[in-house]
Amino acid sequence: MLEIKNLHVEIEGKEILKGVNLKLEKGKVHALMGPNGSGKSTLANVVMGHPKYTITKGEILLDGQSINELSPDERAKKGLFLSFQYPSEVDGATISTFLRQALNSSRKARGEEPISVLDFHNLLKEKLRLLNTEESFAERYLNQGFSGGEKKKSEILQLAILNPGIAILDETDSGTDIDALKVIADNINKVMGENKIVLIITHYKRILEHVKPDKLSILINGKIALEGNAELVDQLEEKGYGWIEED
Amino acid sequence: MSDLQIVPPSLEEQEVIEINRENYDHYNEERLTYKAEPGLTEELARKISSDKGEPKWMLNKRLTALRVFKEKELPKWGPDLSNLDLSKIIYYMKPDAKKNANSIGEIPEDIRKTYEKLGIPKAEREYLGGSGFQYESESVYHNLKKELADKGVVFLDMDEAVQKYPEKVKKYFMTNCVPINLHKFSALHAAVWSGGTFIYIPKNVKVDIPLQAYFRMNAKKGGQFEHTLIIVDEGAEVHYIEGCSAPQYTENSLHAGCVEIHVMKNARARYSSIENWSKNTYNLNTKRAVVHENGVMEWINGNAGSAITMLYPCSVLLGENAKTDYIGIAYAGEGQYQDTGCKVYHLAPNTSSSVLSKGISIDGGISSYRGIVDIKKGAVNSKSNVRCDGLMLDNKSKALTTPSMDVHENDVKVAHEAAVGKVEEDQLFYLMSRGLSEDEAIKLIVAGYIEPLIKELPMEYAVELNRLIELEIENSVC
Repeated sequence: MLEIKNLHVEIEGKEILKGVNLKLEKGKVHALMGPNGSGKSTLANVVMGHPKYTITKGEILLDGQSINELSPDERAKKGLFLSFQYPSEVDGATISTFLRQALNSSRKARGEEPISVLDFHNLLKEKLRLLNTEESFAERYLNQGFSGGEKKKSEILQLAILNPGIAILDETDSGTDIDALKVIADNINKVMGENKIVLIITHYKRILEHVKPDKLSILINGKIALEGNAELVDQLEEKGYGWIEED
Repeated sequence: MSDLQIVPPSLEEQEVIEINRENYDHYNEERLTYKAEPGLTEELARKISSDKGEPKWMLNKRLTALRVFKEKELPKWGPDLSNLDLSKIIYYMKPDAKKNANSIGEIPEDIRKTYEKLGIPKAEREYLGGSGFQYESESVYHNLKKELADKGVVFLDMDEAVQKYPEKVKKYFMTNCVPINLHKFSALHAAVWSGGTFIYIPKNVKVDIPLQAYFRMNAKKGGQFEHTLIIVDEGAEVHYIEGCSAPQYTENSLHAGCVEIHVMKNARARYSSIENWSKNTYNLNTKRAVVHENGVMEWINGNAGSAITMLYPCSVLLGENAKTDYIGIAYAGEGQYQDTGCKVYHLAPNTSSSVLSKGISIDGGISSYRGIVDIKKGAVNSKSNVRCDGLMLDNKSKALTTPSMDVHENDVKVAHEAAVGKVEEDQLFYLMSRGLSEDEAIKLIVAGYIEPLIKELPMEYAVELNRLIELEIENSVC
């Protein structure tokens, strides 16, 4: 279980998260929604360990243990994964080279041998097929010059290969057309398993029609304002966030 | 020549070879048969010349050079050289070893161990056509494959070439390629040069496996002034590799080598070097090629070591259709200033040049590109393409680019691009979020940054350079 307890977070002296409480349980899909600027991406980045944010109070607990002090790579090795809203570009490093290294570092952390070049190639081929993507995609430089849709595809490919225990998907649906969204959603569903945790951060109902959330939390002004089940999505679609703030 | 061709192992296979800083940094006890007093004097220039039994003209050259050296001032641009005390450098040291042994067994044990640690015997067995090893001021090993010698290829220690090929040496040694008075350090070099490499490739002989020389400084406050003279006759081809290193001391050392390459009509030369001097070395080096009609000169220049490097390999495109390519990588860590770049003079019609340079700086290091493309009147239809980039791995470091273009002819095509960037926190975070450590993330970014250049390099060179840069990053980040 990933539990966020009374989390207060600042950036450059400005408080963004003002006491967030959130419980993400294994085997469940969680959705996080909220108006622009409410702190959703901050929460995602803080859970992954971005150094530019300062936790002033509260805990991020993974299976009961605080991960506040861990570096991003140590968190990744514990099974955390963040699909970025705006992934960085790395010129000259192919997706395939990068992913093999990333996969091997998590295998090493689990005490496993590095994957052979051949096995990796086959794994990559299989995952690319699931994404309806040409093999040449993995030989492109990591996100370099990618369209918005290609960047999202690259994030989902990384998710599929690394197969993490906890996936936080920050607006993975934005900037994608309906067909691409369907492919992305299918892949998220495939990665999901009994012991997996998925947190979908989104503005839109449409991804949640393909990946059914078990629980929905609404973040407003740095705090969880409301929690509910999938039906809450319809209410938001109809009425927006205003009524929650008024309550 | 195909019987000599050996395919080097792939990058993947080579990953298992260990490389560590110790192999460069370890030093031997001094065992010398002669060690000069510090400082540069006429007496010393005469001593070097008489020790080597040089003809009168070479002695006169040394003495003229010494006068020029005294007249010339230090450069007024680029890195600050005021901490280099030229009166404390030891300009001539003879190791206690046989000169130019041609079997490894004849090299004294301490020197041989260094030689082995640097991985040279393995390289010689696997992909070199000839190999030389210089220790302090003297060449202690030199060997050329018989197949090449049979074709008339000459590959010698420079001292020996003065004796055996006086006509050629007299004609080409610091005459029209690197004149003695080019600058203060070319004059210093001419006064006290010792050892180095002489290569002559006869007409139409294509040597398709590289020849290599390795220059090693061992003693404190030492200086090394090897001279390399390469003549690639009409229609001939050669690839020559130089490697250099020295252990780390607190006192400064000086390296002022000189490389002269004559690329004749329709000939082709590739010169690759990885300079990995210790971080107390001043590396003030001069390299120049004169390229005749249809000739091709390729420079591959890697600089990772030294305190200060000032090195600007230069191609003089003298004949019509002459062409030059330059690929440079410079890595500057703590306390280092790498000032390097390429100079090209286009003197004839239809000449072309291409320059690709990448600087990396970390831990307060300064990496600077300084180059010139000069297209003279009459060099019609000439082309030049220059790209120089800098990457800073942190906020303390600097990347500079000072390219200059002098174009005196209208009918030419000239392009220039420069980009200076910094590794961003977001980029590191992104890679680390996938499980890469900070060290691995930086290495990946750097490997990607130099990738366009690495893929242009010969495999064996790319492997060594990659490993060296990884090693430097590990030392900086950890």
